[in-house]
Amino acid sequence: MPSAVDIRDLVVVRSRQTVLAGVTARIQASMVTGLLGPSGSGKTTLLRAIVGAQQVRSGGVTVLGHPAGAPTTRHRIGYVTQAPSIYSDLTVRENVRYFASLFDGVRAEDADAAVTRVGLAGLADRLVSKLSGGQRSRVSLACALVSGPELLVLDEPTVGQDPLLREELWQHFHDLAGGGCDRLILIRQGVVVAEGTPDEVREQAGTHDLSEAFVSLIRSQLARLGHKEVA
Amino acid sequence: MSARITFSTTKRVLLQLRHDRRTVAMVLGVPLVLITLVYYLFENQFGIFDRLGLIMLGLFPFIIMFIITSVAMLRERTTGTLERLLTTPLHKADLLFGYGLAFAIVASIQALASSALAYLALNLRTAGSFALVLLIAVCDAVLGMALGLFFSAFARTEFQAVQFMPAIVMPQLLLCGLFVPRSGMAGWMQGVSDAMPLTYAVDALQQLGSHTSAGVLVWRDLGIIAGSAVVAVALAAATLQRHTA
Repeated sequence: MPSAVDIRDLVVVRSRQTVLAGVTARIQASMVTGLLGPSGSGKTTLLRAIVGAQQVRSGGVTVLGHPAGAPTTRHRIGYVTQAPSIYSDLTVRENVRYFASLFDGVRAEDADAAVTRVGLAGLADRLVSKLSGGQRSRVSLACALVSGPELLVLDEPTVGQDPLLREELWQHFHDLAGGGCDRLILIRQGVVVAEGTPDEVREQAGTHDLSEAFVSLIRSQLARLGHKEVA
Repeated sequence: MSARITFSTTKRVLLQLRHDRRTVAMVLGVPLVLITLVYYLFENQFGIFDRLGLIMLGLFPFIIMFIITSVAMLRERTTGTLERLLTTPLHKADLLFGYGLAFAIVASIQALASSALAYLALNLRTAGSFALVLLIAVCDAVLGMALGLFFSAFARTEFQAVQFMPAIVMPQLLLCGLFVPRSGMAGWMQGVSDAMPLTYAVDALQQLGSHTSAGVLVWRDLGIIAGSAVVAVALAAATLQRHTA
């Protein structure tokens, strides 16, 4: 399997705090890879490094064969930030059409299709400022889907969505990935704690529940490092 | 840089303004009301409105475009749209010129409305031509916008952005020769005044008030205004960082 993203020994320091302390990971093509970790563990920073928005101290990220943020890859990736980054004083359709216009060969019809894809066809001409939080996230998602990116980087894309829609969106992400199996990367305090398929991660932890697995992996890591801190 | 992306950014900025009817009404309406007010203020003093009204035609586009641009750009930064745009094929220049073109269009409409009112209804008399006054007004607007694009980088909140109006615009207004003739200022003040781009905007309009044809001085002033705008836009481009901490 070719890798879509290669992260090597990535160190990020923000206002004198080490946010990523040497992350090494590979994200394979044709797969949905989930990045898990408690809040403040560096998830968003890692995603920003992948899209080339993050200043890095050392190490590197290769995306689709080029350094992260390289001009040649900018039309091949889609990025959905955690807080919806869209224009609240434009309608849903105007937002998605604007983002469509930034990409060569992406047409207004593609924008309308992306709006339908995220279930907002009925609200296409409504101002974003009049939408609910969950609906805004979907507009933001549509703005990334519209260019048909090879790599889709999503920062908590389905938070605040109703369970049915969340299921639908994840099904869509899997369809986009071409049905490859899931992989997980668990990080905590800027370090990768575990990496593999969900089954492999559970096995490493010796439990069936993923959040339990997370806690147990962190405990064993802390024990290895000789920390006294309780996770 | 791509013409397609620049124009679609212009279209997007204008669409945003179109949805904000109150802002459009104020941008176009407030200068008309204030110019009318100044007209009646000096109704009985011959020649004052010809001088003040003319300068106002150049100042409004400058001040209003400065405020609108700095707040609009600050919003791009704080809502995350700027960071997102910079991960797409959009080039920094596409964004800056897209904004520039959009607000230049708005400024032209505003300058046209204000000049029409001043010349047609309030009998403003200038020696120089209406077309040149309009050209200077639009250049002033572009300058205000360019300074707004740059100074927005130093504001973290909209409160701070609005404070840049008194901080950046007021000193230029005080020292441009409108209140006290530049020749009557202390030497160091003249030096500061020389370094401020608005001085040349006011000078150009004063020249047109008293001379029938555009002399060398008017073109020199226009050159300085345009040059300052280019420098401010270049500095603004330097503040748009793809990689941030």
